Amino acid sequence: MIHPILSIILAPFLFGVINKTKAFFAGRTGQPVFQPYFDLLKLLRKGAVYSRTTTWIFRASPLIGLISVIIAVYIISGVLSFDGDIILFVYLLGLMRFFTIIAALDTGSSFEGMGASRESWFGLLAEPVLFLALFTLIKITGCLSLSEMLGYITPQIWNQYGYALVLITAAILIVFLVENSRIPIDDPNTHLELTMIHEVMVLDHSGIDFAFILYSTALKFWVLGALLVGIVVPVHTGKLWIDTVSFLGGMFGLAVVVGVIESVMARLRLLHVPQVILAAGIFSLVALIFVVR
Amino acid sequence: MIDSLLMLIVLTNLFLLGSSSINTCIRLVAVQGVLLGILVLISHFSIHTIVISTGSIILKGWVFPWLLYRTTRGVNIHQNKPVIGYTLSLIIGVFLLIVSFWIGGRILLPNSSLLVTVVIFTSLTGLFLMTTRRKAINQVLGYLVLENGIFCFGTSLTQHQPLLVGMGVLLDVFVAVFVMGITMFRISEEFDHINTQYLSSLRDGQ
Repeated sequence: MIHPILSIILAPFLFGVINKTKAFFAGRTGQPVFQPYFDLLKLLRKGAVYSRTTTWIFRASPLIGLISVIIAVYIISGVLSFDGDIILFVYLLGLMRFFTIIAALDTGSSFEGMGASRESWFGLLAEPVLFLALFTLIKITGCLSLSEMLGYITPQIWNQYGYALVLITAAILIVFLVENSRIPIDDPNTHLELTMIHEVMVLDHSGIDFAFILYSTALKFWVLGALLVGIVVPVHTGKLWIDTVSFLGGMFGLAVVVGVIESVMARLRLLHVPQVILAAGIFSLVALIFVVR
Repeated sequence: MIDSLLMLIVLTNLFLLGSSSINTCIRLVAVQGVLLGILVLISHFSIHTIVISTGSIILKGWVFPWLLYRTTRGVNIHQNKPVIGYTLSLIIGVFLLIVSFWIGGRILLPNSSLLVTVVIFTSLTGLFLMTTRRKAINQVLGYLVLENGIFCFGTSLTQHQPLLVGMGVLLDVFVAVFVMGITMFRISEEFDHINTQYLSSLRDGQ
């Protein structure tokens, strides 16, 4: 696995890659690859505006979100690792979502309340799917810690449990798209409050707080992507540079895949999203049953 | 290889339980038939199985979908809710899968117990589809899934099943689907729908 500092630096770059891919499909030149960094720097230089109806929750939530997702980066990189850290990992992301939701409710805006309701609904459905997939991985690898588990997956394991791992990958890909509010589930570029899910909850954040939120979104994308890439690209040669290059290649490949999905698919109707998550749940459940038997 | 095929068959069953579009269901049953043909071919490679599996792939992957599509074109199939909803049937399907694993682990046969499990699960899915769907065409699909399970059981577990028996079963199924297609067409011409729950209220002159 890769050093956490490198992940923390490189995370916003993936959004640049996604935007370039989408621009390529649309026949545009698109914004520069480093645009997410410029956006972050611009926002960091600005001051934040707070509504008089908000409380300390509204101010604390971007920071808590950022801290919890940075701890998640350290867990998946293996720097912070102990038996059962997958539960901490999933619930750190849960904590981040919880604070985003209550900060959205704190503003008193009805649109944000709607977004909070949707986010909690989809999050509620996606969490058990992620856990089922991780349980299957525990059963396959026999490791209880996330980084050890990903380190254990080798081409031999793929040979032996390939059928289950394909299903788990599909399930985690769907969870990844749900958690990061990417296209078949939610359009991150939409600016119509009625249809937004994640973006609508952060409408009232500004300046430095909004920079934190954008940055934690990028890190969340990186963390869940690293889980996916760790399963699909099982390269553990022991040579640091080969492992790092293959992992980074996997991450950029994932960003391109997400860009392609966003270019060729329309977003689903809200009512169809639970069915897609249910399909992911069936995938991971069938994988679990096949592995456990 | 066989494990992945069996898993794909399980997935087609589950998606059949969860999907509401009839065209998707027809396609899924066709895919399942082809997968079963390949499975039979892989499990014992001989002249008999080649004939049987080619026959079943052509019949189930090409002829049946064609017949059923032709029927659906002539028939008014606006969707109505099955007796048990799609999400609930999917969940019941997972329970059926667990039950089949339990049974499959207990039946001691020389071949892999996973195959028995999948066969039992396929048959149970077929039965479930036949009993809980209201449209005649969905019941035909359920019948086909049930037959898929039995076909798989017969050809891959009993190694020396005579060729004639296998061909006879395939011919029976073909005739059944053919006749059911015609019947559905006639029913819909007569009553403008193929909801079977109204059939029980038909009586001779009272």
